[in-house]
Amino acid sequence: MTALLEVTELTTRFPMAGKEVPIVDALDFEVGRGEVLALVGESGSGKSMTALSLMRLVPKPGRVASGSVRLDGEELLNLPVRAMRRVRGAGVAMIFQEPMTSLNPVMRVGEQVVEAIRLHERVGRSAALDRCRRLFEQVGIPDAAERVHAYPHQLSGGLKQRVMIAMALSARPRLLIADEPTTALDVTVQAQILRLLRDIQEETDMSILLITHDLGIVNEIADRVAVLYAGRIVETAPRTALFENPMHPYTQGLLRSMPALALSGRRLPEIPGVVPSPSDWPTGCRFASRCSKVMAVCEGVLPEFRVQGPGHDVACYALQEAASRGEKKGVQQQEGAS
Amino acid sequence: MGAYVIRRLGYGAIVVFGVLFLLFILFFTVTSPDDIARKALGERVPPAVVEQWKINHGYDKPLFPAPGQWADNMLVEHYRRMLTFDFGRSDADDTPILERIRKGMGPSLALTIPLFVLSLLVAIPLALLVAFFRETYIDRAGVILAVLAMSVSVLLYIIGAQYLVGKVLHWFPISGFDSNPQVVVRFLALPIMIGVANGLGGDIRFYRTVFLEESNTDYVRTARAKGCGEVRIMSRHVFRNSLIPLLTRIVVAIPFLFTGSLLLESFFGIPGLGAITVDAIQGNDFSVLRTMVYIGSLLFVVGQILTDLSYALVDPRVRLE
Repeated sequence: MTALLEVTELTTRFPMAGKEVPIVDALDFEVGRGEVLALVGESGSGKSMTALSLMRLVPKPGRVASGSVRLDGEELLNLPVRAMRRVRGAGVAMIFQEPMTSLNPVMRVGEQVVEAIRLHERVGRSAALDRCRRLFEQVGIPDAAERVHAYPHQLSGGLKQRVMIAMALSARPRLLIADEPTTALDVTVQAQILRLLRDIQEETDMSILLITHDLGIVNEIADRVAVLYAGRIVETAPRTALFENPMHPYTQGLLRSMPALALSGRRLPEIPGVVPSPSDWPTGCRFASRCSKVMAVCEGVLPEFRVQGPGHDVACYALQEAASRGEKKGVQQQEGAS
Repeated sequence: MGAYVIRRLGYGAIVVFGVLFLLFILFFTVTSPDDIARKALGERVPPAVVEQWKINHGYDKPLFPAPGQWADNMLVEHYRRMLTFDFGRSDADDTPILERIRKGMGPSLALTIPLFVLSLLVAIPLALLVAFFRETYIDRAGVILAVLAMSVSVLLYIIGAQYLVGKVLHWFPISGFDSNPQVVVRFLALPIMIGVANGLGGDIRFYRTVFLEESNTDYVRTARAKGCGEVRIMSRHVFRNSLIPLLTRIVVAIPFLFTGSLLLESFFGIPGLGAITVDAIQGNDFSVLRTMVYIGSLLFVVGQILTDLSYALVDPRVRLE
């Protein structure tokens, strides 16, 4: 069986400094059925733009320039606008980072969920409102029967995010894109929302594409992880493999800079420098300027993906170099790296 | 809410008080009681007649309070008359001012109400259309036309339209008024059209900005992500949220419908309150002018309060306390 979502060579461009810069640059990844894939990266790495590209909601003047996005084998990027509208919500639903501003402030929250239901299904108002109440109960909103009549400003951030999740679930999507769903919430609420997402995923067997910069969240909920750096994926691996054996220097840096209780009192190691701006991305590996293992070859062209373990792909010259060095030693040749 | 309205009325009283003071100062900076008398009586009257006229009309007193004359001066008298709504008679022709206001209100409203309604009916749909086609040639053409329309002086619209439509094409009379409703439509058509055309550019630009601002919000992105079509997004999400800034501009204008239009009335010979005000300015008619300004400032305060009340109607977050 093929994956639920197959993304190949997805490229999204924005005009910047007189040229069209690929903010998302030839991304390849898959989300399996019932799988939670975490897309991890710093701010500016193109995570959110990837999500919006999948939904074809990239804000102007940006545009999805090329590539392919297949949901259940159906190509989304050349779908007519009307058909794409049916996919949004019913095929792929999305929740956002800012529950405070993501709900319409002058509409009752129930009304907003009812709208989502009725956009995809021919049901009456009252039937839709009943379903909205059940959805509210499902996502753990207390007093669901009354809360459907509340306005967003009358709810806490956590409750608003639950409303967003209820809205996202309303048309029974096959894939849920969660773009930093807990970033704006209190830590205790974060854990509740994550557990809710996990529970719902298990109940409905829906797939989740989780976008986050927080490796703690990844560790709690993801099955597989793709690490994004400057518009490119640098490493994909099953969660345990990534945490136990991170291979790309960037991933290693990310994990080292993760605060852990055992390290308390010591200064966290950081990755020197910042993500380069898309308008001056180098031709070679984009992490080269911040990488501790940088070599001459890194400055040339982008490294290709190599399989390094089961389901574990990494794009890094240093690893390839190490591997070939091993081979060369094996046949008794002189050591000499180019 | 009652307490809120009372507090706003209190602020309003301060505004009105200040307006009356500024009017008094400004008026008597540029002119004097003698000028008022001479305008009313004509240039060739003996000084004794002017003095008598000033005594009859209360312009013989000192302007400001001074020792021994704390109550008996023009400023105090000015406030007393206005605050008790004792408007008196016109300085220029001695007619009772209330009478003139009563007569002028009808023609003013006959002009301003259709003008107001038509402006909304034309500008809001056009602005929605332009905002809907944002970043396209329709949008850009709309904005350019709007700026062009704004840049032309209203005087050119008036004179140009009077010449073209009235004098050359003879579609409508150039100016005038009639109390017969069927006849008056022909007189009002041209000023109403010009009023709409003159305001259109600025209105469209303002509404478009509001609509565009709302179109870029997170909840619009949410609506798109759940599968909303663009037309539905505009009508249900963007428009409802836009009402909040729109009302600021719209509701505040409603009370001023009563005071008429200064330019349109005087150019088209409509005997409304706007024309009365212009005549009062030109004729140094202080008693009429201050009445019109006073009524205008009262209406302004009412408009502000109405606007705040209307916020509470459209925005569930607004509580008047």
